[in-house]
Amino acid sequence: MSTDLQGFSRYLGGRLFIYLALVLVALVYLMPLWVMIVTSVKDLDEIYNGSFIGLPQHITFEAWDKAWSSACIGTECVGLRGYFLNSILMVVPAVALSTLIGALNGYTLTKWEFKGANVLFGLLLFGCFLPFQAVLLPIAQSLGYLGLAGSIKGLILVHTVYGISFTTLFFRNYFIGLPGDLTRAALVDGAGFFRIFWSIMLPASIPIIVVSCIWQFTQIWNDFLFGVSFTSGSNTPITVALNNIVNVTAGRKQYNVDMAAAMVAGIPTLVVYILAGRYFVRGLTAGAVKG
Amino acid sequence: MATLQIDGVSKSYGDLDILKRVDISIDPGDFLVLLGPSGCGKSTLLNLIAGLDDISAGEIRIAGQRVNELSPRDRDIAMVFQSYALYPTMSVRENIEFGMKIRKIPAAERAEAVKRVAALLQIEPLLERKPSQLSGGQRQRVAMGRALVRNPKLFLFDEPLSNLDAKLRVDMRTEIKKLHQRLGTTIVYVTHDQIEAMTMATKVAVMKDGYVQQLADPETIYDTPASVYVARFVGSPAMNIIPASFRLTDRGPQLLFRKPDGSTVNLGDVRISDETARQYSGRDVLVGIRPETFRSVTAGQPGAFDADVEVIEPTGPDTLAFFTLGGTEVIARLEPRSVQSGRSACLSVNMEKVVLFDRDSEKRIQ
Repeated sequence: MSTDLQGFSRYLGGRLFIYLALVLVALVYLMPLWVMIVTSVKDLDEIYNGSFIGLPQHITFEAWDKAWSSACIGTECVGLRGYFLNSILMVVPAVALSTLIGALNGYTLTKWEFKGANVLFGLLLFGCFLPFQAVLLPIAQSLGYLGLAGSIKGLILVHTVYGISFTTLFFRNYFIGLPGDLTRAALVDGAGFFRIFWSIMLPASIPIIVVSCIWQFTQIWNDFLFGVSFTSGSNTPITVALNNIVNVTAGRKQYNVDMAAAMVAGIPTLVVYILAGRYFVRGLTAGAVKG
Repeated sequence: MATLQIDGVSKSYGDLDILKRVDISIDPGDFLVLLGPSGCGKSTLLNLIAGLDDISAGEIRIAGQRVNELSPRDRDIAMVFQSYALYPTMSVRENIEFGMKIRKIPAAERAEAVKRVAALLQIEPLLERKPSQLSGGQRQRVAMGRALVRNPKLFLFDEPLSNLDAKLRVDMRTEIKKLHQRLGTTIVYVTHDQIEAMTMATKVAVMKDGYVQQLADPETIYDTPASVYVARFVGSPAMNIIPASFRLTDRGPQLLFRKPDGSTVNLGDVRISDETARQYSGRDVLVGIRPETFRSVTAGQPGAFDADVEVIEPTGPDTLAFFTLGGTEVIARLEPRSVQSGRSACLSVNMEKVVLFDRDSEKRIQ
């Protein structure tokens, strides 16, 4: 009886320690977010007079409003609105195109085996490890030739091309787990290359489509390097605009506006994760087990 | 319904020859079973017929028309796969309809065809379900439905029953046979299960290492196997292959078997032409004796011999007796309770059913 009790209290102690440790780590991890949120709803005087971490004395969304529609970016004071739209206009087609092409690649590599398919796949994978800095100049030149320099269209092209490595990897590893008999059955049923792709392969690959979309969305939305290198002025994506807001040096540093702007720039990826996150894990593990 | 001719068809991957000059021809309404162990090339041959793989040499004709260059969709065939290969995101109805949709058959006609096949296979209640919600046997039915609905010239089955449990396999076997008799379609069916071949086929092609060893109806294959390989592959328990020496004496041909104690047994009159008998006289041969051609008899009858039964295995309808003859273990299928293990039994052989094989080539002696 007494040993039972001892064992139980030891168990309880262990649990307590684990939870305490986890809560502590979570607090440390969430601290920056906390600072961002509370700072973004304080007014500037309060920030400069009061504490950094404490709760706001009165909540105001002025900073959010300013960040969205009137903060100064470089010399123009128009807020993030236009740049947010730029990012949306860039990310939606780039995600859709790179996912679609990745799906087609994965389908072709696994279901229409041809000589050198594995070598080709291996070469494609190089793209995953390619440092972007190494290709900045060639891309700039190529965009110039194509007449896409400095435009959102140019960014769509670049992001699509550099996403193909990852999306192909995702889809190839997913499709290799789908039985080859499916393709053969469809061939006997009279379906052709694209019919099989649209009617059989794509509907069966929803989990990996979600994975690919989340991955690509996050990569492209958060990209700074390509944005700052290949666009300027009113054509830049939101990440570059955010940088320019924060770097404005005239007057007092507007921490609240900076924080609100950073939140605005970060919210879309958060939303995507929250909405589709569970598919993300499921799709990743499905691919891993089958591949 | 159509004929199928396979004319000197070969298939190789690089240096590896999978099929070597295969010749098979079947008539409309035939049920051809390609039988053999894994790696014998039977599935490859089926894929060649379906058009899922390219033919290296030779010609395949369906209903008299050369199909070598035709894609699967233009061959007017339907195929049932071992894995069923049901489209996972489509309902049973959509699975069955898919081929017709692609061929742009009007919706009303499609619905009619689905109804007919669903009734035939008794899968009406399953039509709106997804494949993942079906049991193995139900999936099997749907896969057959997908093939049947098209009414093609030729049905191809690739080991369709091997993923089912034993009981279901026997039921489906009978059902496929019934379907064949009812619809009279031409079928090519691949299996490694000799029982499936024997029970369903009108013609069996026994294959080994890319060659067709024998092409004949099941009875012929069973009674007069063309080679030791076929003899051992078909029938369960397998045909006994016993070394013996053959002699042509004044009183006719003799087959002498060595017994464990050193003495010999003469099983006597074997059916063989005089010319062949002279050719093989004095030589060793392999004698093929089906287990059920042994009979338990009373001592003193002509052709009777004593066998020291080592083990018996009662199966219910028969008892299997194991003994040694000609230096090899022999199985006899006898009446229940007719023999006991550890005792001597008096047996005779129905010599009309015995086949002889050449010792070197292992081919049947005509």
